[in-house]
Amino acid sequence: MSAFATLTLPKPWRRKNSVIPGFGLSMGVTLTLLSLIVLIPLASVLLILKNYSLADFWRVITDSQTVATYRVSFTCALIATTVNVVFGVLLAWILTRYRFPGRRIMDGLIELPFALPTAVAGIALTTLYGTHGWIGSLFDKIDIKISYTQIGITLAMIFIGIPFVVRSIQPVLEKLDGQYEEAAAMLGASRIRIFCRIIFPEILPATLAGFGLAFARSIGEYGSVVFIAGNIPYQTQITPLIIMLKLENFDYLAATSIALVMIVFAFVVLFGINILQAKVLRIAGGAT
Amino acid sequence: MQAKTVERTLIAIGVAFIALMLILPLVTILVYALRQGWEPFMDAITNDYAIKALNLTLLATAITLIVNTGFGLFAAWTITKFRFRGKQVLTTLIDIPFSISPIIAGLVFIMVFGRIGWAYPFLDAWDIKIVFAVPGIVLATIFVTFPFVSRELIPLMQAQGNEEEEAAALMGARWFHIFRKVTFPHIKWGLMYGVILCTARALGEFGAVSVVSGHLRGKTNTLPLHVEILFNEFRLTAAFSVASILVIIAIVILILRNIVEYKLKQEES
Repeated sequence: MSAFATLTLPKPWRRKNSVIPGFGLSMGVTLTLLSLIVLIPLASVLLILKNYSLADFWRVITDSQTVATYRVSFTCALIATTVNVVFGVLLAWILTRYRFPGRRIMDGLIELPFALPTAVAGIALTTLYGTHGWIGSLFDKIDIKISYTQIGITLAMIFIGIPFVVRSIQPVLEKLDGQYEEAAAMLGASRIRIFCRIIFPEILPATLAGFGLAFARSIGEYGSVVFIAGNIPYQTQITPLIIMLKLENFDYLAATSIALVMIVFAFVVLFGINILQAKVLRIAGGAT
Repeated sequence: MQAKTVERTLIAIGVAFIALMLILPLVTILVYALRQGWEPFMDAITNDYAIKALNLTLLATAITLIVNTGFGLFAAWTITKFRFRGKQVLTTLIDIPFSISPIIAGLVFIMVFGRIGWAYPFLDAWDIKIVFAVPGIVLATIFVTFPFVSRELIPLMQAQGNEEEEAAALMGARWFHIFRKVTFPHIKWGLMYGVILCTARALGEFGAVSVVSGHLRGKTNTLPLHVEILFNEFRLTAAFSVASILVIIAIVILILRNIVEYKLKQEES
């Protein structure tokens, strides 16, 4: 056996409850790597903040230009994710329920924003929606600018978020038993009624999960958003970008403080979605 | 409304969305890359800096894959084969990099190894450079893709249960043999899937790498960073030419992903 197995771990960890060997080694490797790569570096952020007072921290995170970035990031992400929920449900629906030529290719393409490097997506979207781009030039004629405005940021966030929503809903729709829909149809329910009363409650927890993931990703996303956002203070500066700018100016207090706000916000979003999901599942399970 | 009409309308909306939001950007890259013909395209992708950036990207991706595949296997084994207190906490901690902005992923390494980091005096004494150098790029890439492999393996191994491994253990098999002969054949496609997702993200990582790289051309520039520099210098054709290499890799990855997913579904049924 390896040296890890002889480590004296506190009682609860050492509980012998499995005949399968390798607990000490695998737990040791897992905890070591996790600490070295994730936990210790993350904790170092707090170590930096220790040198500053709470008043400094508060002043930095409530600075008016910084607050403006929260507003831009939050509003754009919220709009983009809402759009994604609508199209995500639609895409998941047609991919699972209908058979049409090109369906498999379409299914594979959903994953494109995961596979395409974010910077590549960023420059492509910026050019496409810029005033000389194929779509941007059309909108330019009616005096709507897309690149370097909040519309552009929202579009980039739609691009980056769509796979999260589709991939959350798709497996649930695939497993959904068709007999309730048939029964409802027999009883004369309209298609819209069937969707709202039978299908929607079933996919709601998955939709919420997809919403949470896409929203969190949109808020944190840098590469695909930063090019199309431009860098206009109070208008198109997103929060990850202002962290980057503070770092470039060696303003470590501001960079870490704003980063901490983002980390806390991301946890609140994921935690909130978890609670909401548990609630929906409980109601769907029959207990109130 | 007729059922067929509804179906056709929904499909049309879906196809339009995909075409406009996903395919058009892809076409943009390829058209802009080749709009001045073949020669500028070849010049851009055989440029010395582009080749060096490609090499660095491949190096960082290779190291990331080794570390994260190893970690994913050990973590999934720990979490699915044993019962212990704090398992839920461990699972949550592993997923942290997933919910964190890539910019913050880069920032945390500046706070450890940078001029104000606690490890700086030590590194300085030994003349080791981590941030604004290759090790920093590798670390940042490992961080952002850290949970990719374990996330695919944990649900798969949980669904398969432990009976076979327990039987093997009772018959006296050592753990590595159990893993190789019993567990691995069941999880190989799942592992492959995780590795593919990890590769895609590692190759294209931009935000985190951008923070720790320092953008030294020919030294600490990865391919996505090279694309950024060219774009910001308004050398659009060159930027899109280099980007198109990444697009081709992305398409290959997508195809592989679909093949592996198909194999996975076959195995399940």
